[in-house]
Amino acid sequence: MFKTLLGAVGTAIIMGAAIVAPSQADAQNRIKIGLITTLSGPNAVLGREIVDGFALGVRHSDGRLGGIETEVVQGDDQFRPDTGRELAQRMVERDRVDIVTGVVFSNILLAVADPVLRARSNPFVISANAGPSEFAGADCNPNFFVASWPNDGTHEAAGQHAQNAGIRRVYLMAPNYPAGRDALAGFKRFFRGEVVGEVYTQLGQTDYAAELAALRAARPDATYIFYPGGMGVAYIRQYSQLGLIQQIPLIAPSFSADQTILPGVGEAALGVFASTFWSESLDNPANRRFVTDFEAAYNRIPSPYAAQAYDTARLIDSAVRAVNGNVANRDGLRAAIRAANFQSVRGPFRFNRNQFPIQNYYLTQIERDARGRLVMAMRGTIFENRGDAYVEQCRMPG
Amino acid sequence: MALDRRAIVIAVLLGAFAVLPLAAELLDQTWYIGQFRKILIFAIAAVSLDLILGYGGMVCFGQAAFFGIGAYVVAILSWHAQRNIPVFGLFPGTKAIWITWPLAMLVAGSTAALIGLFSLRTAGIHFIMITLAFAQMIYFFFVSLRAYGGEDGLRFRSETTVFGLVDTRDEVGFYYVVYAILCLVLFLSWRLVRSRFGMVILGVRENERRMRALGFATFPYKLAAFTIAGAVSGLAGALFAVEESFISPAVMHWTRSGDLIVMVVLGGMGTLFGPVAGATLFLLMEKFIPDFTEHWKLIFGPAIVLIVLFAKHGLIGWAAPKGTQREGH
Amino acid sequence: MTVLLFIEQLLNSLQLGVTLFLMAAGLTLVFGIMNMVNLAHGSFYMIGAYLCATLIQHTGSLLLSVPLAILGAAAVGLVVELTTLRALYQRDHLDQVLATFGLILFFNELVKVLWGPGAILIDVPALLSGRVELIPGAPYPVYRLVVLAAGLAIAVFLWWLIARTRLGMLIRAGASNRTMVGALGVNIARLYSLVFALGCALAGFAGLMAGPIYGVEAGMGDAILIKTFVVIVIGGIGSIRGAFVAALIVGLVDTFGRILPVLLGLPAALAEMAIYLLMAGILFFKPAGLFPARG
Repeated sequence: MFKTLLGAVGTAIIMGAAIVAPSQADAQNRIKIGLITTLSGPNAVLGREIVDGFALGVRHSDGRLGGIETEVVQGDDQFRPDTGRELAQRMVERDRVDIVTGVVFSNILLAVADPVLRARSNPFVISANAGPSEFAGADCNPNFFVASWPNDGTHEAAGQHAQNAGIRRVYLMAPNYPAGRDALAGFKRFFRGEVVGEVYTQLGQTDYAAELAALRAARPDATYIFYPGGMGVAYIRQYSQLGLIQQIPLIAPSFSADQTILPGVGEAALGVFASTFWSESLDNPANRRFVTDFEAAYNRIPSPYAAQAYDTARLIDSAVRAVNGNVANRDGLRAAIRAANFQSVRGPFRFNRNQFPIQNYYLTQIERDARGRLVMAMRGTIFENRGDAYVEQCRMPG
Repeated sequence: MALDRRAIVIAVLLGAFAVLPLAAELLDQTWYIGQFRKILIFAIAAVSLDLILGYGGMVCFGQAAFFGIGAYVVAILSWHAQRNIPVFGLFPGTKAIWITWPLAMLVAGSTAALIGLFSLRTAGIHFIMITLAFAQMIYFFFVSLRAYGGEDGLRFRSETTVFGLVDTRDEVGFYYVVYAILCLVLFLSWRLVRSRFGMVILGVRENERRMRALGFATFPYKLAAFTIAGAVSGLAGALFAVEESFISPAVMHWTRSGDLIVMVVLGGMGTLFGPVAGATLFLLMEKFIPDFTEHWKLIFGPAIVLIVLFAKHGLIGWAAPKGTQREGH
Repeated sequence: MTVLLFIEQLLNSLQLGVTLFLMAAGLTLVFGIMNMVNLAHGSFYMIGAYLCATLIQHTGSLLLSVPLAILGAAAVGLVVELTTLRALYQRDHLDQVLATFGLILFFNELVKVLWGPGAILIDVPALLSGRVELIPGAPYPVYRLVVLAAGLAIAVFLWWLIARTRLGMLIRAGASNRTMVGALGVNIARLYSLVFALGCALAGFAGLMAGPIYGVEAGMGDAILIKTFVVIVIGGIGSIRGAFVAALIVGLVDTFGRILPVLLGLPAALAEMAIYLLMAGILFFKPAGLFPARG
């Protein structure tokens, strides 16, 4: 009988303890930020960039965004939408965070955003990376901001570059997920030539032997790819292993040509053209400070992911300052974020009506810097003050 | 006496589940209501697996697939209702649970029947691997189902009412709906395993050849049990879809089927209530231990091995031992 | 589809086929002889890959790293066999499934603790990083050819081991009549350990060869494990010959299943489901697989 009661009471206690455990009162003038990002698997390096970039942004406010106590709750979405969603629920409902940021992948952001935007505490999503077209258009939401780029922005710029360069027949490849489809749609929006192949591979796939054989058989003038992270390293390596890189020039967005890719790819990437909204070589005071301090802190050149996350932290800092630390004043905070009154490392930056960025896009080429490291060197501006193609579908008042 | 003990344990646990939302509201920790609702939903799936695994001895390594199918039926119908696009261009979508939930059970059950037709002709290791492989096939089917989100999952508006009485957005109200369904599933399963049908299934587990020699055509019985388990798992999936208003193929990943087996064995096979306890403990650990250590599976993995080797009676067997390990003798 | 593309795909599918065979051989032997389901077989694939990646990073020597990594995988396998699996041979399949499922959780977490959660990307060894024009106009990576050749060589070695050596005789005898082998005075426990370690070595070898192609990360063995199950079920559980034939078939169907929808504009849904449809079809006509090992 003793064991019976013990067992039953024990279970009841566990259930009860689970409920009582963490219930701290929300202090006044204190901001809690939920940082959900990908820290496992082949794309862990992207999450690392976001975490480090954001941390540097917080450090540049002496650890206090907007001058108030700042707590960052971090979670690893493990590259899975359902895990990201669980984290989001926990962060807004249990930890009561004010802002959720950090998600790398659009499919995960779509799963994460709903529970945040629906929560009673009225928190914000400020994306530091993914900018899915759904939220730029029909699903735009006053509590949803993108501080990086609309998903297809960089790809539109690449399409325009391919058009400018006189390329006629192009082969397109991307992983099969929202950002992959947005990417190729963006490229095609500005490229007027012939698309001889448009192939979507499984997200996370790192063996492209079969697809590359089909690509070679199609004999395009150039290949445009969107493969971020580990997929990009694997793709460009295999592209070069097959000897394709000399025959069929590769055009890439920054995601497949930045510092998360270049050290892994090495020599093979030299000469590749990449479109981007930011580069480590971009010359402005905010960027010089960011790149120098990032290298000093982490001993590597930052990638665009780190730059976006840094900008997100600076954006939050500016907004919290504008409401004098009263983050419970959500309307005031929202207006202050929309004002985007901070020095972005990418140069000009402001929010569109759908709360996605309006910014410049640049052409870069991979070359060696003074210290022999591969970097994205500036070659010109493709677009100035470009918004996105979806803002018309957004019914949110400006 | 033994049965009394077990009755006490069951009553205490069901009682704890019953007062839980009230306690959570009092402490202003409503987040936990949702978490425990999910636990109850997985408990239903675990009970369905216990029907075939614990009572029938059929080690199905694909129960999560039926769960996922049920969830997708609700998700797809709701998605169509929300957008006003006919399903397959034929009939309108709906959120009415008297259509969606039975349909979820029907589709999950028929899929189970179809898979059962192939897999139940085999036994032992073949059965394990074949159910696993079929579940993978279904997983990949939904992964490549672009129209409904594929691997990224499907977002939809799930809010509906239970016969006009309870709004599913009502945290506490929906909790009790799930709770009532779990109790109903437990009761009906209990009746089932005590029926003549249940006796045949138990006989198959103990010695299928003898049952055949006694003149029972065992295959239809096994197929029926497999189908029922699939349908009940589909019902759990339907509840999960309403709960989450988001569904992705991740819920039918093969490790989820493995988790369900662990829940059943952890709680006690062939005890019906054991899987409820097992699901509770498993999911509580999964949700809360990561707060203390990120690497809890480093301990949990070997713990499963130890449980298998030394303590297979499960939580129920430990808290309320009976003369025999499994019920129904 | 051009002939060149076809041949190139054929090579790709053979390469996947031999990898699957390396996995399936160990798994099917363990089943045939010990009557044991081992879900954790994919963990040894992962361990082989991690060990080799680490050894190459530290020693820089391929010739040293590969044998050491294989031995390492076998050694881990031996430890697991002696401490855990040995106690499971007499248990029912459910116990085996559960315990080895627990082992998967353990090993996936262990590599995260030891090597971090991110993936390790290792280079194809410089020696093997070139391309050859086997067929004029379609250069093929040397590394993939080496993987293919090594896999085939192992298949021949296994055939020799099983058909021509005393150990092989015992394995064959054990697969057909377990108790009889014991009655003949053979040290059954040692035979089991040896067979299990051999299976782990093969899995480790498959994993380390896959490392440079697919990347090395926690859980990398899980996906290939399921495909290996399909191979074993199709080939007939316990049959090495069946595993070989089925591995090649699954390699073909999987590779062409991925490329044909792209070329013909069919729904991509077929790609990932192809091998499971194949399995369902074969099982419908042959419930015990193509080469049933025993009745």
